[in-house]
Amino acid sequence: MLGELLLMKGNEAVAEAAIRAGCRHFFGYPITPQNELPEYMARRLPEVGGVFVQAESEVAAINMVYGAAGAGARVMTSSSSPGISLKQEGISYLAASELPCLIVNMMRGGPGLGGIQPAQSDYFQATKGGGHGDYHLIVFGPESVQEMVDLTPLAFDLADRYRNPAMILGDGILGQMMEPVELSEMLDVQLPPKEWATTGRSGGRRHVVSSLYLDSSELEKLNKRLQDKYLEIMRTEQRWESLDVEGAEVVLVAYGTTARVVKSAMNLAREEGIRVGLIRPITLWPFPTKAFESLEDVGRFLVVEMSSGQMVEDVRLVVNGRWPVSFYGRTGGVVPDPKDILARIRELARGGGTR
Amino acid sequence: MLHEILIAGFGGQGVMSMGMLLAYAGMTEGLKTSWMPSYGPEMRGGTANCSVVIASDAIGSPLVTEPSGLVVMNLPSLEKFERKVKPGGLMVINSSLVKKKASRDDIEVLYVPANDIADELGNPRVANMVALGAFVAKLRPVKLDSVKASLKKVLPERRHDLIPLNERALDRGAGLVD
Repeated sequence: MLGELLLMKGNEAVAEAAIRAGCRHFFGYPITPQNELPEYMARRLPEVGGVFVQAESEVAAINMVYGAAGAGARVMTSSSSPGISLKQEGISYLAASELPCLIVNMMRGGPGLGGIQPAQSDYFQATKGGGHGDYHLIVFGPESVQEMVDLTPLAFDLADRYRNPAMILGDGILGQMMEPVELSEMLDVQLPPKEWATTGRSGGRRHVVSSLYLDSSELEKLNKRLQDKYLEIMRTEQRWESLDVEGAEVVLVAYGTTARVVKSAMNLAREEGIRVGLIRPITLWPFPTKAFESLEDVGRFLVVEMSSGQMVEDVRLVVNGRWPVSFYGRTGGVVPDPKDILARIRELARGGGTR
Repeated sequence: MLHEILIAGFGGQGVMSMGMLLAYAGMTEGLKTSWMPSYGPEMRGGTANCSVVIASDAIGSPLVTEPSGLVVMNLPSLEKFERKVKPGGLMVINSSLVKKKASRDDIEVLYVPANDIADELGNPRVANMVALGAFVAKLRPVKLDSVKASLKKVLPERRHDLIPLNERALDRGAGLVD
């Protein structure tokens, strides 16, 4: 660590963190609220001998990522909700071809072209596949600029380790806000050997990166291998933060920006003598089921999201009827107010409210 | 300690830099800080605002909806945000441009002729620093010296020759508060 604190916008901090983690290739297409990320890359990558291309579309950008990843490069792209939707075909191809890369989604309100204000309504798309076919990305949901910066090198490393695309799922607030941040020094990154990469080298075995399998038994073999890999990721890569969960009357579950708002609401609840806890998923896929497994003395759960209720489904799956799970969400770019969350907490702590 | 600050005005008045200076100054004092710009359609209409949180503990929402400190640099900002100030909070009004008086009597209001003082200093563009100087002197979320020291971090290098002028403007604003 350098130790020097910088005041940086989330979008710019992620870009710098990616460069320091050895990323030298960026392909993207502009969209609010993440434009500072490609803008920063356009300025900074040439300084470090990297490549920045503003593609003609999101579809082109994600396929450039495919090409660079196939050649073994550490590569990333970024966009916001509608742009990420356009990238889904390419993301499915990347997952099928087992190509490591980092995709950043600074979510905005949807559906459709939606708005430009922060939202979390791409959770399903990010964690359940998003494109066609059976696949998963490794998805991180940071709550601060610092955490986003800390997770960036990890996302690249896990993408390489598992040969799987990784995603940082932020939102308009995380992209636009400035916070003090401590960056690591420029890492001397030695990428793991990528024996499969198409490097143009002559001699030896021919390397082919493809997701086309016309023989169904071969395609099923690929699917089995992918599922085995996903199981291993679910076993070993769950990350979360737990606060005061045991003994809580109401355990909140929230990620990203919403988790910060929830923490403010929890402070208000504590002042009123309500025992509240928090489970904050840091990996959204794999979902941190382990955080829920050994719980005993818990009253009930309240999931808060900037969506109509997406992560709440994963919470209900893991809670599996042991405790009531309620939901509070705001949509369209509206950020929940701590006082409104407090009102829900009060209601639930008194034993009211079934949804 | 928790200061939730909103600074509002039209584009070009330097409201974003005012917020950044506060956030930077807070950071150098070892406090938790966040800065969040408005980036929605209101920006396109010509008004801009930013939220700054300065706190001793971890910051929850960086979005300020009920400010404990508000700076309004123009009339639309007064009309939009005055009613949102927390009771007992502080509102600084740029009285050079805002001829209307505050209608709240449960908050502290400071009228600062920021543009007039900036004109006296010879550069209308430092009106934001006059208002910020008064705001910091009254609310004391950070030290005025920390704000001054942050100028060279927040202003682009090509504007560093204007640092002494900005410092004078901060002092003039602070001088309005006893």
